[in-house]
Amino acid sequence: MKQIAIVAYQQSDSVSDVGAVNEVELIMPVLARTFKQVGLNNAQDVDFVCSGSCDYLQGAAFAFVAGVDALGAVPPIKESHVEMDAAWALYESILKIRMGQADSALIYGFAKSSPGELPIVLSQQLDPYYLAPLWIDSISMAALQARLMLDQSLITERDMAEVVSRSRRNAMTNPHAQLSGNISVDDLLAQPTYVSPLRKSDCCPISDGASAMIIATVEQAREWGVPYAIISGIDHCIETHNLGMRDLTDSVSTRTAAKRAGMHSGKVDVAELYAPFSHQEIILTRALGLGKETTINPSGGVLAGNLMMASGLSRIGEVFNRIVSGAAQRGIAHATSGPCLQHNMVTVLEKA
Amino acid sequence: MANLAAVVGIGQTKYTTKRLDVSIAGLVREAAVNALQDADLTWDDIEAVIIGKAPDMFEGVIMPEAYLTDALGCNGKPMLRVHTAGSVGGSTALVAASHVQSGMFKRVLTVSFEKQSESNAMWALSNPQPFSTHLNAGAGGYFAPIIREYMRRSKAPYNVGIKVAVKDRLHGARNPLAHLQKPDITMKEVEDSFMLWDPIRFLESCPSSDGACAMVIANEELAKKSPKPPAWIRGGAMRSEPTTFAGRNEVNPQAGRDCAADVYKQAGITNPRKDLDCAEVYVPFSWYEPMWLENLGFAPVGEGWKLTMEGATSLDEGGDIPWNCSGGVLSSNPIGASGMIRFAEAARQVRGDAGAHQVEGAKLALGHAYGGGAQFFAMWVVGSQKS
Repeated sequence: MKQIAIVAYQQSDSVSDVGAVNEVELIMPVLARTFKQVGLNNAQDVDFVCSGSCDYLQGAAFAFVAGVDALGAVPPIKESHVEMDAAWALYESILKIRMGQADSALIYGFAKSSPGELPIVLSQQLDPYYLAPLWIDSISMAALQARLMLDQSLITERDMAEVVSRSRRNAMTNPHAQLSGNISVDDLLAQPTYVSPLRKSDCCPISDGASAMIIATVEQAREWGVPYAIISGIDHCIETHNLGMRDLTDSVSTRTAAKRAGMHSGKVDVAELYAPFSHQEIILTRALGLGKETTINPSGGVLAGNLMMASGLSRIGEVFNRIVSGAAQRGIAHATSGPCLQHNMVTVLEKA
Repeated sequence: MANLAAVVGIGQTKYTTKRLDVSIAGLVREAAVNALQDADLTWDDIEAVIIGKAPDMFEGVIMPEAYLTDALGCNGKPMLRVHTAGSVGGSTALVAASHVQSGMFKRVLTVSFEKQSESNAMWALSNPQPFSTHLNAGAGGYFAPIIREYMRRSKAPYNVGIKVAVKDRLHGARNPLAHLQKPDITMKEVEDSFMLWDPIRFLESCPSSDGACAMVIANEELAKKSPKPPAWIRGGAMRSEPTTFAGRNEVNPQAGRDCAADVYKQAGITNPRKDLDCAEVYVPFSWYEPMWLENLGFAPVGEGWKLTMEGATSLDEGGDIPWNCSGGVLSSNPIGASGMIRFAEAARQVRGDAGAHQVEGAKLALGHAYGGGAQFFAMWVVGSQKS
């Protein structure tokens, strides 16, 4: 099978409210920097483009259509879109390269979450007949999950606060982070609960922004002469939508995806996990069997800034950055979709 | 070079205004079960599910694949949700095919659907946006001026659209799954129907339907073992261009021409009218038949309407290149599924499994979908033979 490499990754700052900046204006500077990283001009210089976005975050049908304006799609380009996190747009692009219809691809994801009430908007992702009419927001669902773990003594509130404290500290070296700083576990625990047992700090912030990536066959990457990292494995897996039929304290699909992606065939130096809530990082760390040799969420993860529809792609980008900088030899990136970690993807990256 | 892939199972629902007897999950499952039965397979034989639909606002469910995983037997498997506007049914089929053509999967299920009775599609398309021009018109209002421009350029007689509307409904009357069943439709009836968006009359427009379409796509080894003849995927292509840009040819978009050229090259087609036996082309408003006849190279620019008027695209008139034998989008339009229905109906023709709307001896067929402001295109060519 063709070896595929990541050659470029860029993201915008995570900002709580970009104001009057529209989606195209969010994407354009990120794309410009991504093309520049490889020495390309625009989407005409890659063979395929795929994006991830969500109409409901923009509040209009066909939110992605305006995104095409950011690409320079004249003459017409080969382009597709997933109504999912852009990590799945990466997956579609890999299929396209492996089938021989492209040697390179641009992937991007974007969302402007600030105009709506994101946790409530996401409640309409649930089963429309039995769950959505209850308007259970995404934070309340995560709180139920955390409560299950606390009640079964699988975690303590201190464990959760430790995740947050480390995330904020790691984010101090991430120029795009929205939340960062030195805050002790005791200070976090002193804060009031928000949706019990979650404190506000246990929840990722709501962010506006975009990220973008370019991938290519190894031959193409060499021709471009830029540093690259190899995607040695990628897999994803979905579980039942019925929360009552899943063990919410575990993530079986993450474990399955990691196994199929070949995560366990070598040492994992770095892991970027898409955990929008602190207790979910613990679920994922345990499901993946990550130990002390692995640095988890060195970017601060999504607790430091959560670009909806792009955060999954950003996790992969953060691992890529660490491999090309030499900070890591091999790493994994995780992406998620759906309530309480329903759908999970694991990507394994290695030094070229 | 892509691995060979073929359609080995096709399932559809009966298209109708309101499927009040089933939930959204029930609707997609019905099409999926029909496709599995057609392929003589069970859920365990499927490695991944690729689902497509038009905007989530049509049903009011955000990213419904999360909710539909149980109905589609996908738990523990990969699931991907495609959304490329009106072309989505076609794009979804192509993304599903790429799972197999990449060599990463042996056999996948693809499903697309729309349950339009859950909302009002026209208004779901017309939400005002703070930083964009507000088009409070739905699809018909958007395409009407483009059709008027085609009429001006081509000097086509006023009744070409009326002829297409009659022809596709007569085709639809041969297809028991078609939403509109109008075996006695006449040119006069269409002409007398009220004007919706000049020059588009009510009967020159597609209906609003509930429905789902599914296909099982398998690799060469498994396709050879399938009980019914496979439809081999001989080529697939997608193209996009922005909605508006200086010099854009909205009547005959470059993206459509490029996409057709790409898919014809893959399938070894040099003269589409001669080399293809039939085509299922996305014609939601009657005048798009002559426009796409030109865009897809079946007729020289300005002359597509002549093929329509000569009966070349009509099964009933014994035309040499029948278009939309299933009745097309003009007879059934569950938007997100409409593109996949075109792809699936092309496959039915080359499998010799199209019932009363079968084109005798069809060996090579085109499936086509478009969306947005006629800016997103997806096409495939399927054949009864591998090459």
